Amino acid sequence: MLIKSSSSGNVEPLPSEITPQAVYEARRDFIRKAAVGAALGSALWELANRQAFAATAAMLPAKANPAFTVPDKPTSFKDATSYNNFYEFGTDKSDPAENAHTLRTRPWTVTIDGEVKKPLTLDLDSLLKLAPLEERVYRMRCVEGWSMVIPWVGYSFSEIIKKAELNGNAKYVEFTSLADPKQMPGVNSRVLRWPYVEGLRIDEANHPLAMLTVGMYGQVLPNQNGAPVRVTVPWKYGFKSAKSIVRIRFVREQPRTSWNDAAPREYGFYSNVNPEVDHPRWSQASERRVGEDGFFQRKRKTLMFNGYNDVARLYAGMDLRRFF
Amino acid sequence: MAFMPTPRQLGALKLAVFLLALVPITNMAWRIYAGQIVEPLEYLTRGTGDWVLYFLCITLGVTPARKLSGWHWLIRLRRMLGLFAFFYACLHFLCFLWFDHFFDLQEMWKDVLKRPFITVGFTAFLLLVPLAVTSTNAMVRRLGGKRWAWLHRLIYIIAPLGILHFWWMKAGKHNFAQPILFGLIVAALLGVRIYWRQARQLQVS
Repeated sequence: MLIKSSSSGNVEPLPSEITPQAVYEARRDFIRKAAVGAALGSALWELANRQAFAATAAMLPAKANPAFTVPDKPTSFKDATSYNNFYEFGTDKSDPAENAHTLRTRPWTVTIDGEVKKPLTLDLDSLLKLAPLEERVYRMRCVEGWSMVIPWVGYSFSEIIKKAELNGNAKYVEFTSLADPKQMPGVNSRVLRWPYVEGLRIDEANHPLAMLTVGMYGQVLPNQNGAPVRVTVPWKYGFKSAKSIVRIRFVREQPRTSWNDAAPREYGFYSNVNPEVDHPRWSQASERRVGEDGFFQRKRKTLMFNGYNDVARLYAGMDLRRFF
Repeated sequence: MAFMPTPRQLGALKLAVFLLALVPITNMAWRIYAGQIVEPLEYLTRGTGDWVLYFLCITLGVTPARKLSGWHWLIRLRRMLGLFAFFYACLHFLCFLWFDHFFDLQEMWKDVLKRPFITVGFTAFLLLVPLAVTSTNAMVRRLGGKRWAWLHRLIYIIAPLGILHFWWMKAGKHNFAQPILFGLIVAALLGVRIYWRQARQLQVS
């Protein structure tokens, strides 16, 4: 990764410059598609998309943090909001955009408990005000072999750890996502054990790259992207970044995380992006950048820790084949 | 009396089936062209794979449908349906070779040998080749009806292998609804053959 100090000259376009254009393009594209869709009579498809877009109207201004940006071209807003894995809304990539409009993101509270001096419950507004919001452009690598580049809005998760005042016993943090069958049709399926649980080691959660995320592309998080609050852990496969979080619990033992629980041979607790450790059914050595890599080139090489080499020190001396 | 098309009607039916069988790939291509698909490569790979399974099921369904309806002329459509299963299998294989390996045969081969999920899919594809090659009337004559029929029983192995490939693909995500449905359909289509066979043997003895 490119960690640039904020004083050094930043030659790449600032995320704040990119973002409005991405949003703009998405809308242009949407209008064009609506016309095509109408011509085809596929009104249903468009309606589902319109709902998804309507839900993302609220702007969320944030100052770009050039220390946390990558030179890669950001994925279009449309692609990032219509190609998602969010099994609470269905297992197809298009399901979250179609179904997530039923998610009610206000009122919303997050309970912070476990090995803390005093448990607390924060509502969304307190979370938004806990630390200054920043925009950071991160690569996002899915365990399935595709990737995106997304300008997120939020702040380092370490701010939450500071606020929570750990009591000294906490070794891990556990994230629990909402699992309400009334709002989330997918939790009636038995694909995973609900609610969705993810977790990090405390030192991982304290790394400045680990982010508490409330927005993307200068807007409030769209429902299908894990509204209203999620985490973003860019050096790990996407599923480690829990969405629609209702509880943050600090614990002594390694949490029992959903995918690891479902298929321990395929999805490890760490799940750091690692081109050298294959998934049993496919290689992790390369990836396809959504919206960019098309028919006429090879897949691009996947970078160790998704290119965020600074995190390597967290795993010094660890056998990353064993702790995959 | 059971419906029996005239040769002309049969020709029209064949043409209709031929055109209908091209709808899936045309639709996929159109949706990609219209920009509706975020990940066209994955979409094509999955879409063509799905249609191999659909056509295998339809092809296996011809004989039971014929026996149940008395529409014996349905057999005249079976070759084309089987060849469309092969057509979509070829496209599916091309997706794998192109999108996953960018025509690097050595890399592809490594993948085939290393991952059981791909080994099984690739084997099913290879087994389809002799069936496609021997699908012409001339080949039926050359092989003789009995041997030809025997060879084409390979489909009873190919269809389960295809489902196993699909099953493993979905297994990592614990998403078994579709593989189970395909499994039940193929089990029913093969089971009814076993049942009829035994019933026939009972009659004989």
